[in-house]
Amino acid sequence: MKHTLSVLVENKPAVLMRIASLFARRGFNIDSLAVGPTERHDVSRITIRVDCETSPLEQIEKQMHKLVNVLRVAELVPGESIERELVLMKVSAPPAKRAELMALGEVFGARVVDLGPDSIVFELTGPPEDVDSFEELVRPHGLQELVRTGRIGLGRAHRPNRNRPKQHVLA
Amino acid sequence: MRMNGADAILRSLEAEGVDVAFGLPGGAILPLYDALARGTTVRHVLARHEQGAGHMAEGYARASGRPGVAFATSGPGATNLVTPIADAWMDSTPLVCITGQVRSHLIGSDAFQECDITGITIPIVKHSWLVQDVEELPHVIKSAFHVARTGRCGPVLVDVPRDIQEAEFDFSYPETVSLPGWKPPRRGHERQILAAAQAIAAAERPILYVGGGVLNADASEQLRALAERGRLPVVTTLMAKGAFPERHELHAGWPGMHGPKWSNWALNKADLIVAVGSRFDDRVTGKVSAFAPGAAVVHLDIDAAEISKIRRADIPVVGPLQPVLAELTRLVGESLRPGRTEPWLRQIADWREQFPLRYRRDGDMLKPQLVLETLQELTAARDDVVWTTGVGQHQMWAMQYLLCQRPRSFITSGGLGTMGYGVPAAIGAKAARPDATVVCVDGDGCFQMTQQELATAVLEDLPIVVVVVNNGYLGMVRQWQDMFFEERFSQIRLTHAVPDYAALARAYGAEGFTVENENDLEGALAEALACGRTAVVDARVDPREHCFPMIPAGAAALDLVEFDEAATLSVDEVTA
Repeated sequence: MKHTLSVLVENKPAVLMRIASLFARRGFNIDSLAVGPTERHDVSRITIRVDCETSPLEQIEKQMHKLVNVLRVAELVPGESIERELVLMKVSAPPAKRAELMALGEVFGARVVDLGPDSIVFELTGPPEDVDSFEELVRPHGLQELVRTGRIGLGRAHRPNRNRPKQHVLA
Repeated sequence: MRMNGADAILRSLEAEGVDVAFGLPGGAILPLYDALARGTTVRHVLARHEQGAGHMAEGYARASGRPGVAFATSGPGATNLVTPIADAWMDSTPLVCITGQVRSHLIGSDAFQECDITGITIPIVKHSWLVQDVEELPHVIKSAFHVARTGRCGPVLVDVPRDIQEAEFDFSYPETVSLPGWKPPRRGHERQILAAAQAIAAAERPILYVGGGVLNADASEQLRALAERGRLPVVTTLMAKGAFPERHELHAGWPGMHGPKWSNWALNKADLIVAVGSRFDDRVTGKVSAFAPGAAVVHLDIDAAEISKIRRADIPVVGPLQPVLAELTRLVGESLRPGRTEPWLRQIADWREQFPLRYRRDGDMLKPQLVLETLQELTAARDDVVWTTGVGQHQMWAMQYLLCQRPRSFITSGGLGTMGYGVPAAIGAKAARPDATVVCVDGDGCFQMTQQELATAVLEDLPIVVVVVNNGYLGMVRQWQDMFFEERFSQIRLTHAVPDYAALARAYGAEGFTVENENDLEGALAEALACGRTAVVDARVDPREHCFPMIPAGAAALDLVEFDEAATLSVDEVTA
């Protein structure tokens, strides 16, 4: 099952490696990983998308809590959080196909950020599922290159505390 | 005060109350050793191998309760510490490793003796620091000690590039550390403790399943109070040996792969297991799905990550064991029905009568179990003995036959199962407890992995007694090959005679004894224990002897295999 973890960490060397090592030692593959600054200059947020069972994931979360540089760990629960992803994709677009592709992009709210004689570069930001759909529709036209940022997320505005660490154990 | 980084490390260690450090110098840590030569109150014990230094620091920590400190140089010096660090990680031993690193500007360039030791050790340390500015050094050292000994104890590593050791700055040691992400639990949840007390009061067949966490928490007194207040039987794991007095009427032995049948039955037939600083290790549970099928579980631990990791905890209590046990004792006292556990205690006592440890003395060859029994008899009246062991059959016999009455009197490598742990750990324990008689019960395979540290014991005036239970084989491997690989013995023969351990001991300036039969055993052991010098007793024992009982790997704990009077020993040659 896919899970998204949102981890607040001190902005210190090797912190990403310490977290990644908890997945790597179990042979779990990380689907996507996004790291960036937060409202505090000394704190970064790591958003991890991983495919694993719930029980080992809880164990990993508890072990993450024990890492000295980890401040908070929370799972982003679907429906109670906002998740977004940014994609850039370069698509083959000979002049005859260009209008069709641009119309397709419009449906998804994708922006054309670059245009060459034979290709278009689209930018799309949205829920990861929308990104998936757009990618699928564009692929038959000749997808030359693609880069996705990996998903990022926050707890919803009306549930501001939802993003707090889950209390696993009555402690 | 103005000083360089190396002096600052020593001033920091002094401020932490460190009296002994173990290590071996080399290029990248030369400034620190120069600072040692300029003067410090920290005694440095020079090991012959960094692995030895690391295990010494572990032995020191386990005997004293204070973090052990090990120094090593960069590259191979640091990688030689990896085994002790992994060992300390598995057994929650507080260990502070300080390694030299190549100069900052060379890091990443494959410089001579460079290796990324902070990277290598990431999965086996609580935390590590690569010091990048000398100004941060005091805070890093303070943090290192704080992290090593708070929460669940364990190893930390501080990697200090040579130029940082040489850089001058104004030193002052911080009073406190700021580690916003490090928040070990301070107290157990009151409602959970109450629920635990009620479960204990309601149980017909409760048992305390005690692990090494009790020793790390210095909670033996509180444990004893709970056991006595609730009249609760206590099994202690290998790591907890000595946490509860083993001659106490409530001590129900040692659970696990080579624990006595009565102990395993007591744990597996309980209706309530109160795990105290223990972690349901596979060596204790056997097949997890068949482990203690009728028991509810109360789990007391400082580490939330242990809760429900292997066995689901019905009532978890996360917190420091001293106050948790004390509060639990108070609450259990309030709701107690007197006499309720007496039938259960009588049942365990019956099993104990029914299933004693057994082996057969047959006269021809010295039996390894007799070596341990004799050691136990010779030391039974003493309260100053600290045992260490290697890993294997001898270790399991030591667990079975040595009775430890006091905390921190049995020091062994449990989780990682590190052969070669015994001798250096004994030296470290002796440094921590100069008053104690430190005895390493070792195997011949283990001894040969770290025997060079005899030189350290002799020259540093840290006398230890090593009893080599010498069966001429990698005995535990032999046992498994015999029992589970159809007696196809593969690459296990070490021989009784090469090396000649007594002669080797004498070569190191230690006493050496060779024992080949029952008649010589007691005299040699007594002499070694009394000589006040480092001594090695080479007890040449019957290699055919298996360690029983045994829960075969993957089997249910209740299906353990016992010593069979009728079975003949395997037929391969016995080599002397």
